[in-house]
Amino acid sequence: MQLTRRDLLAMASAGMAATAFGALPALASMTDDEIAKITGGAELGEGALTVTAPEIAENGNTVPIEVSAPGAVMVAVFADGNPTPAVVSFKFGPLNPSHAAATRVRLAKTQNVVAIAQMEDGSFQKAQANVKVTIGGCGG
Amino acid sequence: MISRRDFLQVGMAASALVGASGFGNWARLAAQQRLTQDQLLQFDTFGNVSLIHITDIHAQLKPIYFREPSVNIGVGGNKGAVPHITGADFRKAYGIEDGSPSHYALSSGDFSALAQGYGRVGGLDRVATVINAIRADRPDAILLDGGDTWHGSYSCYHTQGQDMVNVMNALKPDAMTFHWEFTLGSDRVNEIVENLPFAALGQNIFDAEWDEPSELFPPYKMFERGGTKIAVIGQAFPYMPIANPGWMFPEYAFGIRDENMQMMVDEVRAKGAECVVVLSHNGFDVDKKMATVVNGIDVILSGHTHDALPEPVVAGSTIVLPSGSNGKFVSRVDLDIRDGKMMGYRTKLIPIFSDVITPDAEVSALIDAQRAPFETDMAEVIGKTDSTLYRRGNFNGTWDDLICDALLSERDAEIAMSPGVRWGPSLIPGQEITREDIWNVTSMTYPEAYRTEMTGEFIKVILEDVADNIFNPDPYYQQGGDMVRTGGLGYRIDVSKPQGSRISDMTLLSTGETIDPARAYVVAGWASVNEGTEGPPIWDVVESHIRKQGTVTVQENNSVDVVGV
Repeated sequence: MQLTRRDLLAMASAGMAATAFGALPALASMTDDEIAKITGGAELGEGALTVTAPEIAENGNTVPIEVSAPGAVMVAVFADGNPTPAVVSFKFGPLNPSHAAATRVRLAKTQNVVAIAQMEDGSFQKAQANVKVTIGGCGG
Repeated sequence: MISRRDFLQVGMAASALVGASGFGNWARLAAQQRLTQDQLLQFDTFGNVSLIHITDIHAQLKPIYFREPSVNIGVGGNKGAVPHITGADFRKAYGIEDGSPSHYALSSGDFSALAQGYGRVGGLDRVATVINAIRADRPDAILLDGGDTWHGSYSCYHTQGQDMVNVMNALKPDAMTFHWEFTLGSDRVNEIVENLPFAALGQNIFDAEWDEPSELFPPYKMFERGGTKIAVIGQAFPYMPIANPGWMFPEYAFGIRDENMQMMVDEVRAKGAECVVVLSHNGFDVDKKMATVVNGIDVILSGHTHDALPEPVVAGSTIVLPSGSNGKFVSRVDLDIRDGKMMGYRTKLIPIFSDVITPDAEVSALIDAQRAPFETDMAEVIGKTDSTLYRRGNFNGTWDDLICDALLSERDAEIAMSPGVRWGPSLIPGQEITREDIWNVTSMTYPEAYRTEMTGEFIKVILEDVADNIFNPDPYYQQGGDMVRTGGLGYRIDVSKPQGSRISDMTLLSTGETIDPARAYVVAGWASVNEGTEGPPIWDVVESHIRKQGTVTVQENNSVDVVGV
């Protein structure tokens, strides 16, 4: 099956929950703190979860990203260089045909887009992609 | 799947054969003054499929001079690897004799002297002769254009690419991919592509709004040739809206998209392709990395970084061939495709020595017809040069030094910036500089020569940003091209450092003072990617400067101190 972007967006909005975040500590490790709140400090594995993002953003104000995590019940996305790192969390149920979602993120500067997935067995996975935000220049 | 070892053995044997019969012989032939068209075209037809690759023509219809770089630094895993060796080191690596035709065609050193002897290179009427000769051997050879075709000359600018479209159509390509074409603006690109008599490919050309594959640019085309099925997948330049003005083609998004490339490779394999060819405008190092990330690509025909190598580089189980620029080379790639896989290959990078290869009369006439309306304007002599004027090199070229001087004096600036593009032919000492020559190194659809104030701090940010586009150790973060050229400004660069700490010792050359991060400097430049940039077109600025000089002499430029190599 080939999912189109429109399908994904429609699916994502169905499963999307506005993430409520309280006051954030002004620390460089804000993303780590947020992750710890979700996982309760549990170990972060890897495997099923992937983050797809451009290596260099064409426009830092609207960077298309995609997360895919077969077997996940929830995926939370963070932009670790933004003043407010929390971006979105997606919840997936057994009726979702595909545990993947896509959205766009505003990135203040070059940074990592970090995703945390909570799997059906309660374990957590982490994946990230580095996205460069550049002022542009000259090609060959 | 063919194992890597089998593959290497087959490949080495095949390429060694050509090494003996092809490029290795030119030196001797030249020594005997016997360089002939037959020798340049000599090729023992191999296997059952032939590909012909030409790329990065930059609208050079006529023969030109083109000096290869002296400085082309490789970083990370590509340190010291081809094409990041130049001059005598390059010749040593390939066993090329000094003073030979291969020396002149492929490497820097003694350029102006050799140019006198060997003459101009390129010319699409000569290219036509070579293509016809290959088609005589193999009538169903697949001709592939790697892009940067509809950009780079006076007549191309004034016809919005139509001169190139008309001449290329006469060569009958089978497919093409893209980069500078998009700077014609999306309306014009769409108009041309809708009427192209061949495939316009780009698996990474997406609709910007929905981030879905663009309908106008299919990802691949299947060819049935020589009793087998070959898939050609297009890969456009990934960083167009960053390296070029994205506002000129806002409907399109690009990127490397290697996960989509993998999907396309799997899809064409499932449809029965026994050989997968990628027609790429990634740039050489990006192609080498992509060959190891994506499984199942047999051949990458590589463009964008204007490198020319006499033999393919093997990356994973993929051969990567870069075929130069400006019409200087045509690659012939013969493949043996059997039992669902590529069993071997034989390649030859054919240099287009314009005095040796007979022009195709029909294409010659067609080229002249495209140029006729502009011939008087293009031929006007503006000045003369005492120095070799060239562009290729990581940090500066004499053409760029001249352009920066023009910006400093004509725009009354303290600092000049000129983009590190790799296109633009060379001139040799004693040559007259015509208007066409100036346009060949400046022609573009965003030529405004701006004059503005920038703080020392911001100038450093620009230098750091551009440096990371070239010297980031991960090829996927490299955009191709070279360092922004500076006039009136000297600096030190440590290419081994990360972004933000490569540039130091910035100096205003007119006073010898260290650049003050807080002070505002008057900066003139051109080719800004920002919408609404104002100023006279750069070609007028350069023409006015050269007229005042009469005869141009460019001094050696030592303003950039490069360390960490």
